[in-house]
Amino acid sequence: MTSAPHPSTHGDTLKARVEHATGVKLNHCYQCGKCAAGCPVAQDMDLTSCQVLRKVQSGNPEWEREALRSEGIWLCLACETCSTRCPQEVEVPKVMDFLRAEALRLGVAHARSRDILAFHRAFMDSVRETGRLYEIGLVADYKLRSRHFLKDVLLAPKMFTRGKLPLLPHLITGRDALKRIFKRTLGSKP
Amino acid sequence: MKIGYYPGCSLLGSSREFDESVRAVAQAIGLELVEVPDWNCCGASSAHVLDHKLSLALPARILAQAEAAGLTEVLAPCAACYNRLASARAELVADPAAAAEIAAIIEMPVTGRVKVVNVLEVLDRFKDVIREKTVAPLGRKLACYYGCLLVRPPKVVAFDRAEDPQSMDRMVTAAGAEAVPWNFKTECCGAAFSVTRTDLVARMSGRIVADAVRHGAEAIVVACPMCQSNLDMRRPEINAGLGADYQIPVLFITQALGLALGLAPAALGLQRHMVPALALQPSATV
Repeated sequence: MTSAPHPSTHGDTLKARVEHATGVKLNHCYQCGKCAAGCPVAQDMDLTSCQVLRKVQSGNPEWEREALRSEGIWLCLACETCSTRCPQEVEVPKVMDFLRAEALRLGVAHARSRDILAFHRAFMDSVRETGRLYEIGLVADYKLRSRHFLKDVLLAPKMFTRGKLPLLPHLITGRDALKRIFKRTLGSKP
Repeated sequence: MKIGYYPGCSLLGSSREFDESVRAVAQAIGLELVEVPDWNCCGASSAHVLDHKLSLALPARILAQAEAAGLTEVLAPCAACYNRLASARAELVADPAAAAEIAAIIEMPVTGRVKVVNVLEVLDRFKDVIREKTVAPLGRKLACYYGCLLVRPPKVVAFDRAEDPQSMDRMVTAAGAEAVPWNFKTECCGAAFSVTRTDLVARMSGRIVADAVRHGAEAIVVACPMCQSNLDMRRPEINAGLGADYQIPVLFITQALGLALGLAPAALGLQRHMVPALALQPSATV
């Protein structure tokens, strides 16, 4: 990678926002590459963890956009292998969480993030309504959101016959309080 | 001895054999489980992707419910729940301002004084009882698979080594099994990508299954519902990806110990696996 052209001195860099929101000090990363070396999905990423960190460190608006638009930030599974092995204790998954939220906020999220997001939203929809995950509801909601209607149609009957797919959701008593928790946190986020 | 119990959502559905076997083993070793009243989902692998405060508030409500019930310690058998609860607790304790904000969001006081423990930590306290009560030594070669969430990040979980952990190996050894040395003890299975990126899960879980077999394991032992379901329910995709026909079963640690304690396979939910596991009961011949 070539050195960053014209690092910005502007206060509202992506780097400043990451550091403010997560407390992670991005300059601690000296690009040793150990995070990407141990990352189980690095081979599938357009930008690996250390490349994403370098882009954000730069303060260069063009590089910042490249990081936010990357598919790599959506493939991080938060397995924490990187943060465990990082000699500088940089909490990479925290940065990835923030970058995903920022990519959504700015409307630049990678096209292939669609299914991954659909799953997480379907998951949280179920929790908002019942208080606990309702697996049948999750799958139905995911299929509607993602349009992958035939996904795993053969798996459900096998789960059902093994007693692994209860038909009815478990409703907790504090559902109203839970709805308010969602309103105060997720609010009207996309 | 009494301990708070947070089963979590998976243990009511797709991983109900984990709940069944935890309860059966707890009863056998004299551990009383007190369920956290009206518990909610911890947010699992989804809340933190959508909103950081939501990912704190959901586990915080569970901790607050446990505090209100007078519990001092909560066992969360699911590694993902355990990790979310322990991470949230660490953040609440370290940052009183954040804790106050979260308390307002959940409309409940929360201090983080309830300790969150995983199933290996709790079973380790009973290792002498387990050794004493082992009536049917497992006599099998087992690959102990810890995955991510039980051992990482070490600052939060801090109960075993982050690389090459040993607690589960010691436990199955005490129950008469042979813990095989292998390479993928803490490698990620693909976790929450099971539905959205099954291709990645098949490859990642496939490496784990293949390595366990290569090292002579007759079963893989886990303590995480996501690991179990990826290695077990995704076996057709794993085998298709590897061009292999691996039939190695994937047991929860409490199922393996339950067998050694002489509990009935049905009480441990052993019949619920996709890859048949009943042949592992000590009386069965393979």
